[in-house]
Amino acid sequence: MISTDINTALPEIILAVYALAALMLGAYGGKDRLSGFIFWATAGVMAILGLMIAFAPAGTTTAFNGAFVNDAFARYTKVVVLFASAAMLLLSQDYLIKNKLFKFEFPILIALATLGMMLMVSAGDLMALYMGLELQSLALYVVASFRRNSIRSTEAGLKYFVLGALSSGLLLYGASLVYGFSGTTNFAGITETIQDERLGMGMLFGLVFLCVGMGFKISAAPFHMWTPDVYEGSPTPVTGFFATAPKVAAAGLFARVVHDAFGGAVADWQQIVAFLAFISLFLGSIAAIGQTNIKRLMAYSSIAHMGFALLGLAAGTQQGVQALLIYMAIYVTMNVGVFAFILNMERDGQPVTDIRSLGLYSHTQPLRAAALTALMFSLAGIPPLVGFFGKLFVLQAAVDAGMAWLAIAGVIASVIGAFYYLRIIYYIYFGDETDALSDRMPMLHKVAFYGAALIMIVGAINLFGITPIAADAAASLLK
Amino acid sequence: MDNLLSIVIFLPTVVALILAVVLRGEDAASQKNAKVLALVATLATFLWSLFLLAQFDPSDTGFQFVEEYEWLAGLKYKVGLDGISILFVMLTTFLMPIVIGACWNVTSRVKEYMIMFLLLETVMLAVFSALDIILFYVVFEAGLIPMFLIVGIWGGKDRIYAAFKLFLYTLLGSVLMLIAILYMWFEAGTTDIPTLMQHQFASENMVILGVTIVGGVQTLLFLGFFASFAVKLPMWPVHTWLPDAHVQAPTAGSVVLAAILLKMGGYGFLRFSLPMFPVGSDVMATFVMTLSVIAIIYTSFVALVQEDMKKLIAYSSVAHMGFVTMGIFTMNQQGLDGAIFQMISHGFISAALFLGVGVIYDRMHTREIDAYGGLVIRMPVYALIFMLFTMANVGLPGTSGFVGEFLTLAAAFKANTWIAFGATTGVILSACYALWLYRRVVFGDLIKESLKAITDMGMREKMMMAPLVVMTLLLGFYPALILDLIGPSVSALLEQVHAAQGAVMDAVPVAAN
Repeated sequence: MISTDINTALPEIILAVYALAALMLGAYGGKDRLSGFIFWATAGVMAILGLMIAFAPAGTTTAFNGAFVNDAFARYTKVVVLFASAAMLLLSQDYLIKNKLFKFEFPILIALATLGMMLMVSAGDLMALYMGLELQSLALYVVASFRRNSIRSTEAGLKYFVLGALSSGLLLYGASLVYGFSGTTNFAGITETIQDERLGMGMLFGLVFLCVGMGFKISAAPFHMWTPDVYEGSPTPVTGFFATAPKVAAAGLFARVVHDAFGGAVADWQQIVAFLAFISLFLGSIAAIGQTNIKRLMAYSSIAHMGFALLGLAAGTQQGVQALLIYMAIYVTMNVGVFAFILNMERDGQPVTDIRSLGLYSHTQPLRAAALTALMFSLAGIPPLVGFFGKLFVLQAAVDAGMAWLAIAGVIASVIGAFYYLRIIYYIYFGDETDALSDRMPMLHKVAFYGAALIMIVGAINLFGITPIAADAAASLLK
Repeated sequence: MDNLLSIVIFLPTVVALILAVVLRGEDAASQKNAKVLALVATLATFLWSLFLLAQFDPSDTGFQFVEEYEWLAGLKYKVGLDGISILFVMLTTFLMPIVIGACWNVTSRVKEYMIMFLLLETVMLAVFSALDIILFYVVFEAGLIPMFLIVGIWGGKDRIYAAFKLFLYTLLGSVLMLIAILYMWFEAGTTDIPTLMQHQFASENMVILGVTIVGGVQTLLFLGFFASFAVKLPMWPVHTWLPDAHVQAPTAGSVVLAAILLKMGGYGFLRFSLPMFPVGSDVMATFVMTLSVIAIIYTSFVALVQEDMKKLIAYSSVAHMGFVTMGIFTMNQQGLDGAIFQMISHGFISAALFLGVGVIYDRMHTREIDAYGGLVIRMPVYALIFMLFTMANVGLPGTSGFVGEFLTLAAAFKANTWIAFGATTGVILSACYALWLYRRVVFGDLIKESLKAITDMGMREKMMMAPLVVMTLLLGFYPALILDLIGPSVSALLEQVHAAQGAVMDAVPVAAN
């Protein structure tokens, strides 16, 4: 019994054991002497686990009395999360060394956060859900304030912590309501108590609080307040990390909870998710227009993108979940590429975040300018770049589910949103000449940056065959 | 040759990739190489497309040269041509070498400039030959990227405003079409254009928020597509991006925009709106024709008072596109023939007019009409050629401009006399602004000091104009060249449209015919 449980959760257990071992190693190995090794080892472990999960046998298994679910949906999300984490970890090295933040705790915290994310998407029980979520969040609070001597960074960490604790409290309150009215914390058990496709009043309250908590974690408006400040204040690699893996995990968790636990009452949560999507789309698109700080801009951009992802979820269908999964994978790839670039925005060794500093960047760095342009057009969702296909599937799911009004709102928001991506392109190609940014870009960053841009262009041929995989994953969630 | 069409479509992209990867440096020699390579590529594409034309069988009203491959998520890469689309493909391949010729004087970032135009050619060819509706949407919108960069990087003083306006206007129109496309995909279960053309979408009246929508789903879908095509074409009142874009775009950009990109809108009406939503089209026909007439008259007046030559021609383009939409929505053979003819002929004429402005702009660096006068004394050849195209723009018999206008007017007369009456005044007005422009620029005394040393057209400029002169006159004297090609396809299209309308005609009153 216990051995099958362990087998089912083997990747998580490996990562947990590794993180603890690395912590010991770092602590006894002496002051950050092993940092470099631990960075690479952590990224390596995550990548290997990613491959291990990617090639794991198909099918659904559960462990620990249904608290942990290993199905195609969880595996898909975990692969995306693991590779995104590994990529962002490797990209952060250079920045951390330059800013004297190269400490062995960093990769370990990232590993623990990743472990939390893996638990989140595999959660089959409200307690497992909370455990995963908190493991992730606590690690993230720490890395947000990783630059201890910077006021902005500690402020970001504190803000994130206070608001995060509040949202965790709301989520927990919702979970307790659901438990109180259904008598079980198990998702499968909760579904069984739903009758006539409607929720009772108590369950409905619980659901709303759960959605608020999860909405906070994926930074959906109107629970997005922390995002711009935390993105701006955190060290850039941490911002990049926030924008990628945790978003995938939280979106995965959201889909998991609404479909696994409340799949019988689609109509009840559909409205909530549609509302979150609608507000996020417009807030993210409109608020970003006034931003000149690229990190804040990416924060609002991520809010708008989460709106699109939720649009897929709001459809309440298998197709919608599939669209969400494809969207998240594409979103992560774009963000890894963009942050590989942002990490290298510097002048005289000082990081620069003002987008005006990109003025006529194409004169000094034509190739990088072209790659960044491809990424920006892709973020804006202009065909034939891959970002468009993410939006296409999401909109298709919404239209097919009879939510054409939401799809229309989505495309209008995307036109508004196109403006600020275009504005970056405007600075790159048509802006006023400014002092050139430094030319330095480490090999690793080049690979990630050009790789992501190339994926955005070449992916239009067949999206690297991701659609059937996402379809399997979505099917496993909805059974 | 099974892949003839795909080769034509992707040849420019392949050359663009070669340019991007192989060519280095910004010195004069590599700039020259880039231009020559682009010219060779576009000429080769034109020659390949002649094979298409030679093998094309006009009597077959189905799609020819069809190629179909699996794409992603059940979508297909499917292309093919019928009598209507082959004309636009030929127009594109014919004009692109001239466009490249028009870029010969560009000196900044030549390589990128050539790449943009080559990519744009692929996109345009793909728009006209796409037989999968998602593929169509992808390429239809993809054209925005090179156009945004062409206007933004190589444009004039206010290029940034123009580039943003062009992009956001067109994008807003397109995304509404996307929703309509997604609904059609859901409803019909396919994205295959020939199948969708046969599909009958529901046309029962429906009530949304208390408003009765005649023609129901078909009308809504029609409006979704209309938003996109009306902006692209452009129609009054959503035409305001066009004059800005034209004025700021470099000469070659203006030529592509006026001669080919605008035609995507008209082509869209023929390929989608009419056959797929016959009832919706019928419901909206009077509305569209009214807008067309307003466009013809209003923009002609606006053109009269312009002080910038490019802006004047841009407004005249909007007026001429008014004839196109009017012709299409008469929904009879003459109207459709005339509309298609008008689009092709406007492709040649507007290209020549923008090139003509480019010729003197290159010399004087101003587009102000007041800065010129008396050019005929120093530039006789230019005066002759510019006169020919001014006359063609007015619609003088013997030029291709006449045939299209005449056919559409005749068709409009059958459909709705008042519409025809209004549109005909537009013909008179077009004579006013076009001849007055000619009078102010070319005639009069050569009194301005700056113009005393102006030189006549060089060899390159004559070479660019020559094919346009030939085509304008050839089509003017022998319009059957085009009409025979499109005739069977158009009548098949109309037959199908009228059959579909007839099937539901009990519920909806007849507007046309």
